[in-house]
Amino acid sequence: MVAKFRGPGMYRAFLFTAYGVALAYGIIFLFRTWYGLDPVLKGTAVLELALFSAPLGFLVGLGAFSYWFYWAAGKKTLAEDHSGHGAHSWRDYFRVNTDHKVIGIQYVVTSFFFFFIGGLFAMLMRAELAQPGRQFVDPNTFNGLFSVHASLLIFLFIIPVFAGLANFVLPLMIGAPDMAFPRLNALSFWMLPLAGIMMLMSFGAPGGSFASGWTAYAPLSVTAPEGQVFFTIGVQFAGASSIATALNFLVTIITMRAPGMSFFRMPLLVWANFSTSLLVVIATPFIAVSQFMVLFDRSLGFNFFEPAGGGDVLMYQHIFWFYSHPAVYIMMLPGFGIVSEILAVKSRKPIFGYRMMAFSLLAIVVLGFTVWAHHMFVSGMQDWIRIPMMVTTAIIAVPTGIKIFSWLATLWRGVLHLDTPMLFALGFLTMFTLGGISGVMLAVIPVTIHVSDTYFIVAHIHYVLFGGSLFTIFAGVYYWFPKMTGRMYDERLGKLHFWMTFIFFNLTFAPMHVIGIQGMPRRVADYAEQWAGWNLAISIMSFFLGLSALVFAYNIIASWRGGPHAGNNPWRALTLEWQVTSPPPIFNFDAVPTVVGGPYEYGVPGAVHGVLKGGAEVPQPAGATASGSHAGASPSKDGE
Amino acid sequence: MPGRMGKERGRQERTPVGWMVVHGAIASAFGIAAGLAIDWFPQQASTQSSAIDHLYDVLIWVSVPIFVTVMIIVLFSVQNFRMRPGEENLDGPPIHGNTRLEIIWTAIPAIILVVLCSYAWIVLNDIEEAKAGEMRINVTGQQFAWSYEYPQPGGKPIKSNVLYLIKDQPVRFNVKALDVIHDFWVPAFRLKIDAVPGITTRYRVTPDRLGSYPVVCAELCGLGHSVMRSRANVVTRADFNKWIAGKKAPAAAAGGGAVDAKKLFTDGNGTATACGGCHTLADAGTNGTTGPNLDKVVPGMSSAEIKQSIVQPDAKIAPGFQAGIMPKDYGDTLSPQELDALVKYLGEVAGK
Repeated sequence: MVAKFRGPGMYRAFLFTAYGVALAYGIIFLFRTWYGLDPVLKGTAVLELALFSAPLGFLVGLGAFSYWFYWAAGKKTLAEDHSGHGAHSWRDYFRVNTDHKVIGIQYVVTSFFFFFIGGLFAMLMRAELAQPGRQFVDPNTFNGLFSVHASLLIFLFIIPVFAGLANFVLPLMIGAPDMAFPRLNALSFWMLPLAGIMMLMSFGAPGGSFASGWTAYAPLSVTAPEGQVFFTIGVQFAGASSIATALNFLVTIITMRAPGMSFFRMPLLVWANFSTSLLVVIATPFIAVSQFMVLFDRSLGFNFFEPAGGGDVLMYQHIFWFYSHPAVYIMMLPGFGIVSEILAVKSRKPIFGYRMMAFSLLAIVVLGFTVWAHHMFVSGMQDWIRIPMMVTTAIIAVPTGIKIFSWLATLWRGVLHLDTPMLFALGFLTMFTLGGISGVMLAVIPVTIHVSDTYFIVAHIHYVLFGGSLFTIFAGVYYWFPKMTGRMYDERLGKLHFWMTFIFFNLTFAPMHVIGIQGMPRRVADYAEQWAGWNLAISIMSFFLGLSALVFAYNIIASWRGGPHAGNNPWRALTLEWQVTSPPPIFNFDAVPTVVGGPYEYGVPGAVHGVLKGGAEVPQPAGATASGSHAGASPSKDGE
Repeated sequence: MPGRMGKERGRQERTPVGWMVVHGAIASAFGIAAGLAIDWFPQQASTQSSAIDHLYDVLIWVSVPIFVTVMIIVLFSVQNFRMRPGEENLDGPPIHGNTRLEIIWTAIPAIILVVLCSYAWIVLNDIEEAKAGEMRINVTGQQFAWSYEYPQPGGKPIKSNVLYLIKDQPVRFNVKALDVIHDFWVPAFRLKIDAVPGITTRYRVTPDRLGSYPVVCAELCGLGHSVMRSRANVVTRADFNKWIAGKKAPAAAAGGGAVDAKKLFTDGNGTATACGGCHTLADAGTNGTTGPNLDKVVPGMSSAEIKQSIVQPDAKIAPGFQAGIMPKDYGDTLSPQELDALVKYLGEVAGK
């Protein structure tokens, strides 16, 4: 038993969590005694320190830092016998595991856990909003529900689930045995559940959970009850996790591509995660800073956002949105990558305009940093800046439009396999277009002045993040499910899931455009009588939308346990991850593969993307095929 | 392995573009008609609102055909290019791109967007233009009520918590916040601006229709955010002058005649915010939930305790509620007579 507490693992993790709390008590006691402060133990001070020290204690106890500690102390590091790789039972998912495929599944499952909790909170909100007045929750709880709903689904679901899918798939796609920094990868994952649990724990704080929205605008967040710091500090862990993963992706993509895998032979999912990682590395420190400033204002008496002390309230919004607008693309570009994979494979055609698809991603990365203040058109900032922000916001629709039209051209004259991943990809294509159109409307300042902070915004962001991101997440999960588990999901349940989601998503969120323009503000527990009918209808539809998620959960769990075996390449895809077994072997490839052509050469007779040594595949020089279709716009021309 | 390209695929090879254009035009016509027929906006009550509504209509005209184009192509592809039995191993033609098409779908959206932005800029300049002889009103946001100040030349400004505006009289609002960020929004005017602690923000409007319109706080400001609503009354100049004159006159009503405490509870007195916005009281028919239910907490309190709860709200807090939410200035905004009447009224009716 003692051994369990001494070696790395869950037991020691919880023990060290307690040490972390004790450390916070000790430090606060010492400092307040030195300064002669009364009382010597102050609850809020201990809490705020413990929110840093306890999770770090947990990570140390779990063993996330063990290797580095040994190395730094000059001790003999544990022999790297790769025993940490792979998962042999469910227990292996509850320890520090450095296999990118295990980490990928840890990420996806954890983030879906928070997806269901966040969705449940949405159901509670809709129950309250079914009628005007107060039914189920008081205004404080309601404000907490929408704040935690958004924070969980943004920081603990959409961003990490994309990181998880890419974690599993990306090294396979570029022919690498693992990520560049496997130990950092494991650390990135384990910070995530800590952030999520912290946000949920805020409901137990005196005064309730954080209730100032996921935007946490100062000075409301500075004066809010103590629950706010669970957001302030939770975001630090989620953000650190994001940054570390993004660095890992960048290094992996730049240095670990298989021979022959030039940049313009990379699958677009890899391009998408390359672009996303650039955004994350540059932008995420800004939200970390904004929340640290709130924390310093709250607990150390700084005056960053206190006008009476020389502070500037608008500064918070500028720093916050300098992250949080690029974050919109962090939540969308990986989805673009997923959809590009699926549309090419399921249309049995090469991606139309591959190069422009890659360049448009980079264009979005650059433009994404020039539009943040369009969230602030009515904030009272200087007038003139609104015009350039309007223009850049509108112009960012151009590279996005290029992607949409290229996907449509990819469908054209293909052989469309309309199974579940494809349906979700097509659902994304149409719904994201709607979200993009309302996005352009929101760039138009005179319209935004009226509709900002209304349900029109709620409708827009759900068309982008639900109809956009979530549809691509579902598409990706169904598409790579056979690769991750070796089993096939139930196609009929998958289609049922798609149609329920598609229909009730629209019935839930489309009417919000109307009530928003009519004048219903967002983030309200109560509303004027005139919107009672609309809200009741929206609430009922949202409950059906909630039910659709259960179909998904049942399908995935049942298929994982007992679905039919899927085979190595059920979709007849060319990209490298489908050329190995399902699930892939521990180090992905028996020998490093060689890439000889583009990733989407469907319809080109005899074309191959990569050659696995020792396989039955005979290398085919790409240019030697009779069709000669590698000429012209073919990406495979490069890097030969 | 990729299968053979489907030369033998029995699909019509004739280009269906004409068919799609016709169907797209019909669908767009229906879409635009529906978009214009939907009663999107609230009542127009300012000269600015018609310009904004018109801009929105233009956006509908532009947006619907774009969405229809995407939908038509997706639906047509699904119908015509779907895999049929026996085509399981078939691949599509290896089309890698088309430079001319790609230039077209880069250039056309860019042109549309630049034109839209230029139009929006013109509208923006138009609605924000300063007009001669505008009236200034200072707006102050505070958790969870709006108050208004009408500066009087050579005199003390007149304060009110109900907004009165004159029809066709241009107004400039100078907006401030005392605690956190609020947002001063009159949906009927289509205009809003954040009230930001530490700075003064502003907007201009010319009301052009008589009536009473909701004022809404559009920026999350805490517990009572959803009930931070009041009214903007657009009246004739004569009525406005009458109202101002009444405000200027010494508070004769409060000093002389009896105070209607129930009305005070539900409507406030023009300076003090109405209690009923946040509190439930069966006798007054209010059902606010921001503050404690007075039918539950008041019974059993002495008159002195009720009075203290009004003028020093944080002295004693009902379980489950927070300090610092209720305004602390009722001792100033209520006259002594009003305060006494309110205490007496609450003692009599609460919980009954």
